[in-house]
Formats: sequence, structure tokens, C-alpha cells
Amino acid sequence: MMPALIEIENVSKRFVKRVDLAGKIANVLGANNREQIVRAVDDVSLTIRQGEVLGLVGESGCGKSTLGRMVAGIMQPSAGRILYEGRAREDGNASAQVADALAVQMIFQDPMASLNPRMRIEDIIGEAPVVHGIVDTAGKRDYVAGMMRKVGLDPSVMGRFPHQFSGGQRARIGIARALAVQPKVLVCDEAVAALDVSIQAQVLNLFMDLRAEMNLTYLFVSHDLSVIRHIADRVAVMYLGRIVETAATDALFDAPAHPYTRALLDEVPRIDMRKKRFASLKGEVPSPLHPPSGCHFHPRCPRAEAICKSTRPPLVGVGPAHEAACLFPQTGGALPEPISQ
Amino acid sequence: MSGPILSIHDLKVEFGTRQGVVKAVDGVSLNVYRGEVLGLVGESGSGKSVTGLSILGLIDPPGRIASGSIKLEGQELIGLPEHELRRLRGERMAMIFQDPMTTLNPVLRIDTQMIETIRAHEKVSEKAARSRAEEALKRVGIPSPAERLLTYPHQLSGGMRQRVAIAIALLMSPALLVADEPTTALDVTIQSQIIAEVQQLCAETGTALIWITHDLAVVAGLADRIAVMYAGRIVEEGDVDPVLDHPRHPYTYGLLGSAPSNNRRGEKLAQIPGMTPSLANLPPGCAFAPRCAFAQEDCRVVPPALTHAGSRAWRCFHPVPDRETV
Repeated sequence: MMPALIEIENVSKRFVKRVDLAGKIANVLGANNREQIVRAVDDVSLTIRQGEVLGLVGESGCGKSTLGRMVAGIMQPSAGRILYEGRAREDGNASAQVADALAVQMIFQDPMASLNPRMRIEDIIGEAPVVHGIVDTAGKRDYVAGMMRKVGLDPSVMGRFPHQFSGGQRARIGIARALAVQPKVLVCDEAVAALDVSIQAQVLNLFMDLRAEMNLTYLFVSHDLSVIRHIADRVAVMYLGRIVETAATDALFDAPAHPYTRALLDEVPRIDMRKKRFASLKGEVPSPLHPPSGCHFHPRCPRAEAICKSTRPPLVGVGPAHEAACLFPQTGGALPEPISQ
Repeated sequence: MSGPILSIHDLKVEFGTRQGVVKAVDGVSLNVYRGEVLGLVGESGSGKSVTGLSILGLIDPPGRIASGSIKLEGQELIGLPEHELRRLRGERMAMIFQDPMTTLNPVLRIDTQMIETIRAHEKVSEKAARSRAEEALKRVGIPSPAERLLTYPHQLSGGMRQRVAIAIALLMSPALLVADEPTTALDVTIQSQIIAEVQQLCAETGTALIWITHDLAVVAGLADRIAVMYAGRIVEEGDVDPVLDHPRHPYTYGLLGSAPSNNRRGEKLAQIPGMTPSLANLPPGCAFAPRCAFAQEDCRVVPPALTHAGSRAWRCFHPVPDRETV
């Protein structure tokens, strides 16, 4: 087993909406405005090993993007720490901090929102490596051309602006920009979600080629289980800020232990499933402002019992390298029998 | 079988742009029968949404329907005066969109919007309309519908909003419902709830459904028939099983091949090279020819006509050999 590259230790992220002045005045007059706290990520521990692709799946609002952003260093955790190569980012000296920050790069869902529309591609890709002294100004053009070739773009278009490219090409520009500072880890947040099916396949292939070529490690955040199944070595499933199951990809898809994972797999439309009966899971993801007590999933869970309302289930081993946060996990089962009737 | 609910013949929709006239839809013909679910599949720019909007008469300038015929229950829709169209929309045909926030009025309560819809089409008392609205919300699986009627759209979750939009679309039991990517923005579990409800409602009322999507997997589970669009034309059409199991058009074949679930884990995906063409300058022959592995010289001269075989059809000179599985 490869050594851990990134260790996420008991990390939480809280977003607090404070009571504003109007609210405070109203409170004096007898109103009851309180601080609202969203626990976007709630005490999550996770390890990303050298060279692996870790898939992070979950529905919207489960905290997967927030966790990805904390790993990439864009957001600071409210509690807990994230270790890169065994040390926390804030522990090193200034140059080590910069090196660690450059080593983890992020690729976003919407390249149009993350590429500066007024910058030319040459500068979008070339700015950071020049600033960080990876390449000097004279060598910038050649360096950018090399990066563009690496992601399958024609270097002759480096003088153009982002709006002159198609969606798939913009995705490639975003990847080239991330690669330009020679990172070791890429955090991909829904990086292929906005692309057409035929283009999505091209970009996924590119990710796999780059991984082999540059020995990259990925945290691949997505809601699309078929993409995750294809690209990931290991998968972590999140629900309302907590990890509910982690396992090797095959183990998770063949024998999911947590009822939520099971339901999720059951709901995913598949090309080989014709005229299927949809909807086995009732209800919606509850608001993270008021998560249910105990196990967050208990109001929707077909296996829930009284104790699930009061006890937060810890992540426990249910198989080799397979953990689930459930008091009544499904173990030893081969293929999941559908929860639907 | 009685005649089709919807019959489109050789529909052409054009948009005047600075680069010249763009043919967004170029000769689409379709029939949809009572109680049938047709999956209209294509990538962005394939003309699938424009086809849907044309049916409802919602093409605005610079777009225009250049030629063709759209018949709803035998009545020609093209050229119909706007007030006639207004009467048909909502009553005999309805549409739901990807983002319900753009179809629901953000400053009106749900009950105002629903009662308005009913009373625009029928002379009923407000009280009767309200109880029908409540009934409609209940049918699409909204818990405590009486309370939900009193909320504004922003107070509802995305899935709930889409249910409200569906409830409004189905208020008058239309003969045809056009759904344009209605679940694309929703989570998987909510998506399957919505699909289940639409599936059930259409089966109950006999409403024909056109489900426009880029997601072959959704169509596989939902539709009876499937039509695949590329660059403004239908390139393949037929019953779901034969089309998805043994596609004849190289584009359908390529799309299915590039789906991660049809590939072995970790192996390279069978990708379609190149990118979706710009409609402003399409090649003279088959629009897919530049990306096609089967293309030969004749493909680059004239666009192929539809080849019919039983209940299915494809638009290709050199189709994928029969019985070839993806």
C-alpha cells in the first residue's frame, strides 16, 4: 500500500450567519434572532494515498465541494487539520508553505467562471509559473506551449481569450493552468459535469493519461457515480457533512454496506436498465441548518431503528479496507438487492 | 392504434445571426402516440430544445420556423394565431424546463400561479380552482399541499419547485407534455422520485411525453422510443431496446461507447474524436462525417437520407453492422 500523501484529521467546517444589527435591535425588543450555523463538513477524517484516485461522491449540499476546497487550501478548516506529506500547512516555514500550496491544485466545474475572461490563454497558464520562478519570462511561451500540448490543445491559439473556445477546450485550459505549477495532487470539483457526453469521455481519458504520465494523485469530487466508478480507485460517500462509507471502488459498488450508498446506487439510471421503476428512497436531503439527530440518514433510512435517532454511528470496519458509519450495516451481501419493492 | 397525438413533418427552424442563417433544426419528422414516452437525445447544440420549443410555438426572433408542419391531435399549429396558441398551451400541451425558477414567478405565491392557470382556461370559482390546485400538488408527491400552496417559490427546494412546475403543467390534463432536461439540475435521488411521478401520471392520464435530455441512461429507464439528434437532424430513431442494444448510426454507437458505465473500469473510454460542430458552418455532407470512424468519400458530398427498417430508422450511408453490440 502506498504511503499517505494527504491526511484529513477530524476536519470540520462551520459557516456562521451572525445576527446583524437589525436583528440585534429586534432582539432588544423581544425577538429571538439567533446565530445560524451550518456544519458543512462535520468531523471528517480521510486519507489520500500517494498516486491514487480518491472519488468523493454525494448529493448537493453534502459538503463534498467544501471538503475539496479545504484540501486544496482555498478554505481553512474551522477545526481539525489537513496534513500534507505528514505536516500541517501552517507548521512549515514560508517557502515550505508556498511549496505545499502549489503541490495541491484545483480544477473547477465551470471553466468560464474560473478563467479570467480578459486574459489571454498564454497568461492564464503562464502567469503562476513565472511568479513562482518555475520558468523565467523568456521561457514562458515555450513552457505554456508544452503545457497546452500536454492537455491536447494546439499551442498556436495561446493568444486567444477564453470565450473563443468550446466547453471541452476550456476544461483543458483549466487543467493546463493547474498543471503549470507542477502539482502532485489535483482536486477536481465536478470537473466534467458541465461537458457533453462525448467531450466528457475525452477529458476523463486525459485525466487518466496525465495520471500515468505525471504520477498525479487525485481527489475527484463528483455527484456522478458512473464517472466515479470508472476513474476512482477508492470511493468515499458523504451525506450531510459526514462520510458514511469508504471502500475500494469494486467493494463499494458490489457490496455497499451503508443503506444510503445502497439507495444511491439503486437510483442511478443505467443504460442497461430498461423501463425501470424509479424512486425507492423517500424524502429529500434535510437542510444542513437543522440536520436530524443521531444518524443524519435515519429519517429516510429503510433499516433505521429507535437507537439511530440518538446515536451518531462511528465509521467502523465492515470488511477489508471497507468502513461504514451505520449501526446496522449490510455485510456479507453480494450484489445489492433493490430496496424498492 | 389511433392517429398520433403529435405529428411533426419536415420541420425546419432557422436563426438569423451575424454569421448568416443557422439551421438549428433541419428537417425533423416525428410522431408521438397517446401514452407514449419519446426520449429526444442529443448534445448541446443538436437542436433538441429548439424542436421542443417549436412544438409549443415558443420560438422568438431572431429564430423562425422556416417550413414544415406540426400537428397536435390533427390540428396544424404552425401559422396559428397567438391567442389560439395560448389556449392550446397549458390545456392541450404543456412544457417543463430545466430550471423551475425561470418558469415560476418569484413574486407570486404558488396558489396564485396555479389558480390563475386553471381560471385562464376554465370558468370555475376560485374555491374550486384552489381545491384542484391542492389535488394537483398532492398527485406530484408534495407533502402537506395546502400549506405549500401558501409559499413562494424561493421557499421550496429545487426538487419541490420542479414538482410544482410539473403540477402546473399537468393541471389541465394536456395531451402532450414536453419536458426539457427537467431533472438535470437535481440530485440522483430526487431525479428518480420526479421521474417516477411523471411516469405514473402520464400512464394514468394517457398524456404523451417527450423527454428531452443528453442523458442516455435516463432515457433507457424511462422511454418507449428514442430519437437521437445531431446538428439539427434526427440521425437515429426507434424503440429503446434495439437502438441502445444495437445502434446503427455511428454517432449513437459512439455516444454509448463513451458512457463510463459501458467501459471497463479504469480503461480508456472509447471517445468520439473532435467536437460538436458549429451549426454556422456545417460540412456539405453528413454533419457527423468529420468525427466518424466509418465515414467514406460519399459521406462528404450529400447528407444521407433516412433508411427505414421496420420500426426504426437511421440516417447513414455506412451504418454500424447489424447485431453489433456496444
